[in-house]
Amino acid sequence: MCLAIPVRVVEKKGDDLAIVDLSGIRKEISLALVDGVQAGDYVILHVGYALSRLDPDEAERTLALFREAGVAAEVLP
Amino acid sequence: MKYIDEFRDGAVARQIGVRIAAEVQPQRRYHFMEFCGGHTHAISRYGISDLLPDAVKMIHGPGCPVCVLPIGRVDLAIRLALDHKVILATYGDCLRVPASSGLSLLKAKARGGDVRMIYSAADALGLARRNPQREVVFFAIGFETTTPPTALAIKQAAAEDLANFSVVCNHVLTPAAITNILESPEVRKLGTVPLDGFIGPAHVSTVIGSQPYEFFAEEYRKPVVIAGFEPLDVMQAILMLVRQVNDGRAEVENEFTRAVTRAGNLKAQQLVSEVFELRRSFEWRGLGEVPYSALALRGEFAAFDAERKFALETKHVADNKACECGAILRGVKHPRDCKIFGTVCTPENPVGSCMVSSEGACAAHYSYGRYEEDPIKTAA
Amino acid sequence: MDEGRSNKPVKAGYVRPLDLKHGRVDLTHGSGGRAMAQLIEQLFAAAFENEFLAQGNDGARFALPPGRVVMAIDSHVVSPLFFPGGDIGALAVHGTINDVAVMGATPIYLAASFILEEGFPLGDLKRVVDSMAAASRAAGVPIVSGDTKVVERGKGDGVFITTTGIGVVPDGLELSGDRARPGDRILVSGFIGDHGMAIMSLRESLAFATEIVSDSAALHALVAALIASVREDVRRDPHRGIRALRDPTRGGLATTLNEIATQSRVGMMLDEAAIPVRPQVEAACEFLGLDPLYVANEGKLVAIVAPEDAETVLAAMRAHPLGRDARQIGAVIDDRNHFVQMQTRFGGRRVVDWLTGEQLPRIC
Repeated sequence: MCLAIPVRVVEKKGDDLAIVDLSGIRKEISLALVDGVQAGDYVILHVGYALSRLDPDEAERTLALFREAGVAAEVLP
Repeated sequence: MKYIDEFRDGAVARQIGVRIAAEVQPQRRYHFMEFCGGHTHAISRYGISDLLPDAVKMIHGPGCPVCVLPIGRVDLAIRLALDHKVILATYGDCLRVPASSGLSLLKAKARGGDVRMIYSAADALGLARRNPQREVVFFAIGFETTTPPTALAIKQAAAEDLANFSVVCNHVLTPAAITNILESPEVRKLGTVPLDGFIGPAHVSTVIGSQPYEFFAEEYRKPVVIAGFEPLDVMQAILMLVRQVNDGRAEVENEFTRAVTRAGNLKAQQLVSEVFELRRSFEWRGLGEVPYSALALRGEFAAFDAERKFALETKHVADNKACECGAILRGVKHPRDCKIFGTVCTPENPVGSCMVSSEGACAAHYSYGRYEEDPIKTAA
Repeated sequence: MDEGRSNKPVKAGYVRPLDLKHGRVDLTHGSGGRAMAQLIEQLFAAAFENEFLAQGNDGARFALPPGRVVMAIDSHVVSPLFFPGGDIGALAVHGTINDVAVMGATPIYLAASFILEEGFPLGDLKRVVDSMAAASRAAGVPIVSGDTKVVERGKGDGVFITTTGIGVVPDGLELSGDRARPGDRILVSGFIGDHGMAIMSLRESLAFATEIVSDSAALHALVAALIASVREDVRRDPHRGIRALRDPTRGGLATTLNEIATQSRVGMMLDEAAIPVRPQVEAACEFLGLDPLYVANEGKLVAIVAPEDAETVLAAMRAHPLGRDARQIGAVIDDRNHFVQMQTRFGGRRVVDWLTGEQLPRIC
């Protein structure tokens, strides 16, 4: 359930609103559910609200895990 | 699209598929349930099943809030629109759910009901502010992902003393549904539905955290891997589940670390518990009455509870006798096992809820997977 | 000197001009009387300006060049009326020109009927009509007959426009949706989903600032170029060339391909990675949970082409301004289920089914 997408915060408008960007599409959303979001951060957006911040380091780590599975796969007989 | 495209890399997906095939133990079968409808949709849309070895089978779970919405609740919304003449604000997903008397919210709109599609709970508030002389009712659905926005809207309405805004609350809870499945006779006693593990929902988990699933891992000895929304996330989660099963482990692992923590979003959780309380029981379409599985507005917010405001009573409405949605939602049957699948019941004329939502098991199979029934012959 | 008469003489033949700034359509504009005649003369005929309309008859009489006649009709009820890249007027002209063109016919004339809602601002009507006139002139297809009716306030959406188009197909050219055969290649003339998402960006509760622009365009010159590119080959071997052309409007690319697959009783296999979608359109679809394959286009072509001629037709598309981003996106296959299938970017396979009702934004 729950269609949600990672979007980049372009600009904050007061405490609770922000403009986010995805490939050039901009939208105003609410930050009322997440504290400490800054411009440049990525957030998970669902029905017009940010639900959490996306951790770029963890994202990299996850991608590395994928690649690891991939590298190991190539070595298989 | 950053953080999206990288997680849809087909080449990497194939490699993970090869890895899964290498690690499944010979002669062993693995059955995993992806709980979340969004995952069902991703699996179908990207054809993930094609990349998995035959030994691994995915079972579609009931994590589709539209699919588990009982007919009686949709009837409430229709009556509000047609009889009480409110402005009925709803997410697009609910518009075509078939209800009683051959109606749906979309058909009610055609009959003169003021049904408005909204994208966000905030839009419903906006409608109330712009139409002070009309009653605006927000038909709220969704699992824990969608509940915090509703809570915010209600608090905002209270702060603004909006007299013409109220909510029909159909918010339901994930852990309760998982318990219901694990407690079902087919899983627990009869073993007719072999269930080796769960792919935990992505975005519900950003709100509730990974901690609530630890109970299932311990109590029922079933591994849970929380997976992100993208197809590579799902593939990786399946690999992690296979490894847990092989190792004899039953733990909660988090594949979606970039957005999910053990504690989850505490601010959102606090907001929800401030506005809502547990219902003792709630009917889930296909699963029957499930205890402590759904939310209602607290007494302090009674003024915004449409069920109280309009003295609404929910009637139980039985499903069409031939409809197998219940069994399908519990993973006991496959869409093609349903007698009316693809004939009487199609996305154009859905009889049951599994066909209405594009992530319902039946709609997903109909829209994406029907080719499986007939192997394709490509012309020269 | 008479009492109470002003000294200024009244100009003979004076008619108060239409108040385009503040005026609105009212029921007299549809009643057949002077008000309607004035509206037609000062707004419609003045904009569309041609010998047929100048004659002021109920119909236009003309001879047609030799060949078979193609007639097409299209209604336009789009809301909002004005959007990035176009408006209902331009759509009405382009849409019908395209319907005629994809039959292989050269569009020659258009007729247009307007259903106006009481209260519709004349200024907006002029904007729509001027846009139609510009589109018609640019395409070289005049609007030679028209009709106007007015309905009471609340019974229309400002304006509904219906256009009919007439064209002529030269003998020997057979373009039809039932001619696709296994082995044929499937081409698309450019980016899909632009028009539908441009409209979505304006809808009330889905507002987002975007640069997505409708692709509304007249495709008859492009069609002529494609037909010309394989004319010699077809002359030598009638089993070659273009089988069918269609413009994927409501319901998008997926609907058009399913229509052709059903008509021709074949299947199709698409390559997702080859289907061109602009990044902003893709992103807009992500926001709303929509699939670009089902989003409307108003300036694109789908071509089903014999395999030997696919490269030629593709090159001809790319050589034309409206086909610069053309791609080959798949092939026709043998399939008794008539499924349109797709190799996903992911390596898996899925069915690209008929659309169910209207595609709605979703939260799940």
